[in-house]
Amino acid sequence: MKLLVCVSKTPETTAKISFTADNTVFNTDGVQYIMNPYDEWYALVRALELKEQLGAGSVTIINVGPAANDPVIRKGLAIGADDAVRINADPQSAMFVAKQIAAYAKEQNYDMVFFGKETIDYNGAEVGAMVAESLDMPFISFATSMTVEGNTATVTRDIEGGSEVIELVTPFALSAAKGLAEQRIPNMRGIMMAKRKPLNVVEPVECNDPAKVVGYELPGEKSDVKMLDPENMEELIRLLHEEAKVI
Amino acid sequence: MQSTENVVSHHKRAKEDPFQFHDYYNVDELLDDEHLLARNAVRDWVKQEVSPIIEDCADKAKCPTHLFKGLAEIGAFGPSLPVEYGGGGMDEIAYGVIMQELERGDSGIRSMASVQGSLVMYPIYKFGSEEQRRKYLPKLGSGEFIGCFGLTEPDHGSNPGGMITNIKDDGDAYILNGAKMWITNSPVADLAVVWAKDEEGKIRGMIVEKDMKGFSAPEIHGKWSLRASITGELVFEDVRVPKENVFPEIRGLKGPLSCLSKARYGIAWGAIGAALDCYDSALRYSQERVQFGKPIGQFQLTQKKLAEMITEITKAQLLAWRLGTLANKGKATPAQISMAKRNNVNMALEIAREARQIHGGMGITNEYPIMRHMMNLETVLTYEGTHDIHLLITGMDVTGLNAFK
Repeated sequence: MKLLVCVSKTPETTAKISFTADNTVFNTDGVQYIMNPYDEWYALVRALELKEQLGAGSVTIINVGPAANDPVIRKGLAIGADDAVRINADPQSAMFVAKQIAAYAKEQNYDMVFFGKETIDYNGAEVGAMVAESLDMPFISFATSMTVEGNTATVTRDIEGGSEVIELVTPFALSAAKGLAEQRIPNMRGIMMAKRKPLNVVEPVECNDPAKVVGYELPGEKSDVKMLDPENMEELIRLLHEEAKVI
Repeated sequence: MQSTENVVSHHKRAKEDPFQFHDYYNVDELLDDEHLLARNAVRDWVKQEVSPIIEDCADKAKCPTHLFKGLAEIGAFGPSLPVEYGGGGMDEIAYGVIMQELERGDSGIRSMASVQGSLVMYPIYKFGSEEQRRKYLPKLGSGEFIGCFGLTEPDHGSNPGGMITNIKDDGDAYILNGAKMWITNSPVADLAVVWAKDEEGKIRGMIVEKDMKGFSAPEIHGKWSLRASITGELVFEDVRVPKENVFPEIRGLKGPLSCLSKARYGIAWGAIGAALDCYDSALRYSQERVQFGKPIGQFQLTQKKLAEMITEITKAQLLAWRLGTLANKGKATPAQISMAKRNNVNMALEIAREARQIHGGMGITNEYPIMRHMMNLETVLTYEGTHDIHLLITGMDVTGLNAFK
């Protein structure tokens, strides 16, 4: 099976978030980057497990981004992907990313396309569905487990209040949630082998980016906890109604 | 008085390993992508495998021997040796950052890897015959075999040249007699690289296997330091060591000393890891702990401690990086390695002591890693060449005069 894993670069989870240029640009000063954990821990590892199970096939990772993303891509190769593609662009929207991935994948006839369920920076959870639509593939979001027999896959996905089990045949796209696989830490041999694996840089296709960021805002400061006398229900209701405005 | 709830939350936080790296001078920019990948991989491995169990291991003086397999899998044994001999084919800086991350977890865990890689695999690679290399190195690299290194004796520590362990020619074998002391990994080791004097008084190296008759490795108990690492003796009573187990060419102290240079180099990096863990914990504690209505990090005397800590860590990082760059070119001298080992270990020990003060009473408990690092570093200050001996090596190097004679 030919497997494609789409990976994104995100700020490290403890990064301090701030903005410049009148809150229109994310301030990258001092920010460390990692591979989006949903892409790395679940999507990529499940694809590698599948290749191992089948004893054949290939796992390619793809990223849309500038050369500064190469270390993140190399990590994917160190964990075990066979090769990588980087679409050389600085994406501004999910639509742009999806169009680039779809344009590349269209020619390649992948059996499965893996995504993380969302990135931990913008949490858009959009790219997977857009790519699947462009490739005319079914899309299963929030997959928590998958078994594969021949070209038939049985996928369990999270839904509100429970889970749903879906059977489908390849080709298809899915987005990976916690549970689909377990994090693999690259070893030194993998890191050295990654240096020799192909990382192909592809120029982007023309695409009008339909969306742009107008501004960012940090969440408001958390207010202090108010302690109330448990007997004073009227005051509680007044605060929930007038201050918290939740009832 | 502290409420129970607070103690529980402290406990939980300590077990989660909140460590964050500190790189005040952007030394990372001097490293290659593979160094950063290697370092982050080992950091993730330590957080996953070491941090959750290390306080318990240290508390019970129990060596987590299952980690030998994990250390092998991650590639921590002999990372800078060639791949065909069980190594990782990496450079010396990669080896350094791996040791730094392991020691960030615990000096004992780093010692397990240092000994296997630098003191067992390295001499077999460097001085062993091709047969010895093929027979032992892949199994040492994969963790199937555990090794140890016997140089120090009960009466010969800083003066290894005075050793009394000896071999006598007996046809196709040598008869080995003597005893070695303070040997990391020895009670669990499958083989030992042992240094002994031949009948001409020349120091020879050899591989002694655990089931050879007359060889035993009793454990040393009662250590208040490196409690998660197992230490023992090596006792040889008329052990017949086949001649094919003896290193063919190397004679004299330069054999074992070149291994020690390798290990000391790793320690120069490793100590930074222990220092970073103490600093990171102290910095976080200083922002959370409130006294007199403000975080203690706002008091000048706490800031002095923290500022001096990060200054010393930054200097040590630059020293290690430069030493690694020289080592990659094969130009790091033993005396330069001595300077870095001595400086960085002492730096880490002093930071552990300062960090302990910032943590107040909590600093003496195993809710925080400080006291464990501090006790470990007392060993690190002494083994692989004591603090004083390394000073005299620098002294000899700059004056040309030997203070040992």
